[in-house]
Amino acid sequence: MASLRYERRIAASADAVWDVMCRPESIPDWFPGVVSCSVVGKSRTIVTASGLEMPEEILTIDPLLRRFAYRITAPAYRFHLGLIDVIAIGPRDSLCIYSTTAEPDALALIIAGGTLGALEEIRRLAETSGKE
Amino acid sequence: MGRKILFITTDQQRYDTVGANGGLLSRTPVLDRLADEGIRYERCQPTSVVCMPSRASMLTGQFPTTHGAWMNGVPLAVDAPSVAESLHDAGYATALIGKAHFEPFMDPFGRFAENSLANLGVPTVEQPWFDGRRGVHRGFDHLELATHGVMGPLHYAKWMHEHHPEAIDGFYSVVDSDLNVNAARGGDTDAPQVKVNPVPREWYHTDWVADRTISWLKQQSHEQDWFCWMSFPDPHHPWDPPRSEIGRVPWRDVPLPANYPETSAEREALLDAKARHWRAWYDGRVVSNYEAPAHWIPATLTANQVREVNALNAVEVELIDEAIGRVLKAVSAKGWGDDVDVIFTSDHGELQGDFGLLFKGPYHVDGLLRLPLIWRPALSSKPEPSVVHAPVSLVSLAATFLDVAGQPAPAWVEGSVLPLNDDDAHARSFSSTVTEWDSALFGVDVHVRSVVTSDYLYTEYLPGTMHDGSEGELYDLSDDPLQRVNRFDDPAMTNVRATLSEGLRAHEDRPGERATPGVLMAPV
Repeated sequence: MASLRYERRIAASADAVWDVMCRPESIPDWFPGVVSCSVVGKSRTIVTASGLEMPEEILTIDPLLRRFAYRITAPAYRFHLGLIDVIAIGPRDSLCIYSTTAEPDALALIIAGGTLGALEEIRRLAETSGKE
Repeated sequence: MGRKILFITTDQQRYDTVGANGGLLSRTPVLDRLADEGIRYERCQPTSVVCMPSRASMLTGQFPTTHGAWMNGVPLAVDAPSVAESLHDAGYATALIGKAHFEPFMDPFGRFAENSLANLGVPTVEQPWFDGRRGVHRGFDHLELATHGVMGPLHYAKWMHEHHPEAIDGFYSVVDSDLNVNAARGGDTDAPQVKVNPVPREWYHTDWVADRTISWLKQQSHEQDWFCWMSFPDPHHPWDPPRSEIGRVPWRDVPLPANYPETSAEREALLDAKARHWRAWYDGRVVSNYEAPAHWIPATLTANQVREVNALNAVEVELIDEAIGRVLKAVSAKGWGDDVDVIFTSDHGELQGDFGLLFKGPYHVDGLLRLPLIWRPALSSKPEPSVVHAPVSLVSLAATFLDVAGQPAPAWVEGSVLPLNDDDAHARSFSSTVTEWDSALFGVDVHVRSVVTSDYLYTEYLPGTMHDGSEGELYDLSDDPLQRVNRFDDPAMTNVRATLSEGLRAHEDRPGERATPGVLMAPV
């Protein structure tokens, strides 16, 4: 099992960052390469730009902790846990941490590679949202 | 009308697999003739012994620590410098046909242009360029891409799935279900990455690359200058050439390589004299890099497996030679026979049984470091055939292409134009080349720097998880051409070692702007 974590310091309030990514159906807006998704209850299926469908299970959406947790349940994964945490640092200063733990290891690397772009997009959207 | 450039690369091909270089297993009459007519380089080194950093160096004319694609899986910045952009600016039509690999293959999110072109059905896309302008992707008007198998989003795989789906299962699966490099065995000897492939020769990627190159060349007008990078995925593993061809080199008749130690005691003694990661990999205690199968232990490699791998490798080299011959025939048929510079090389080598090992990794010895390089200048330039013994590097290719095109080398190019002969090499101080290695994968960090001169191959291991910064290797190439006697700690070599180490310091301190090192996005 491999675990990788990337983070971005964002010049926006933690609430503004959380607003960008807290809705499961919003993922095509902020994860580059996710072109669409469908959400039914706690199940989400994303479709990537390469045409791949990946079923996921939403585990946690906690607005108090500002934690979003999900699991990719596609057969290629023996295990996956994705965690997005938003930590308030100041009124317009926050840290967004995107962690990927997966088995096989190679899949952790591939998904985590994608989360780098997601963090950048979350930062861009939060910093331009105009929300306090 | 200027000189056109046919740049031919293979993947993971050793120096000694070409007849002109003394290779005896494969027949390479086309390459041998190019060498006879042009310049054959006796000691050409890559900047890295894995694909992405090395290929990025060919394109940018920069070392990996400058262009930033420091290991496989780290994409070259889309706006990195590109010799194809400079040639495009000079009016050249530009194409890359075959294996590119400036961007990771494993790309489920489809973020990299290389992986999206076939599905988009366009020859190229517009991207930012190094100088702030926008233009065709990395300077190429036309990209048709392939890699080692038939899976994934590239043009060749798509073509095979659309036109010959019945042949897909015949290919070896490059990765296993965990997406590691596959350790599955095959052939007569149960060798790793070997499979008997019933695919007809004309559907195999070597002929596909040649066919698509010929097709693109036919579309160019007679007066159009062009730069065509024809990039064969072979003879990189898997070793699964078309079954119809494998009788060319019967593996039972293949001699063991000069550097294959036949007894385990000899192998282990040789490996123990090198830095510690050699033996750790051999014993199956550490796989330091993704490029070797994660579930294969080199100590299990048998002499017959080496024979079979080398036989299949030789078959693949012969198919490439014949494919190049077809392309050169097409070039002549267009009336360009005297006006095309042909440059042939590979991105790095393959151990192929040396020291009882296969594949590649942070092991800077000739199996991986010494490459075939042949430059047949356009016959209209009346080239004087020569053999260059001075060490040269693939980092010189970009400057050489620009020189052929009559263009000055931009400031970002770190290599000088390849020497035409030894006198030219001496006059322009071609005396050493450097190869870099950096990898950091799943907690194993390895950092290596090597310098090669006409006399020595010297390696320093920088601090990482496998080395504490005190280890190294030093081989005297004049009396130890197989690099079996590590003289790093030999007191008699203290001064030699100090001089070579200074060379590495000078490389680290070289002037010029460095790109921010890229981020690892995928295993490969």
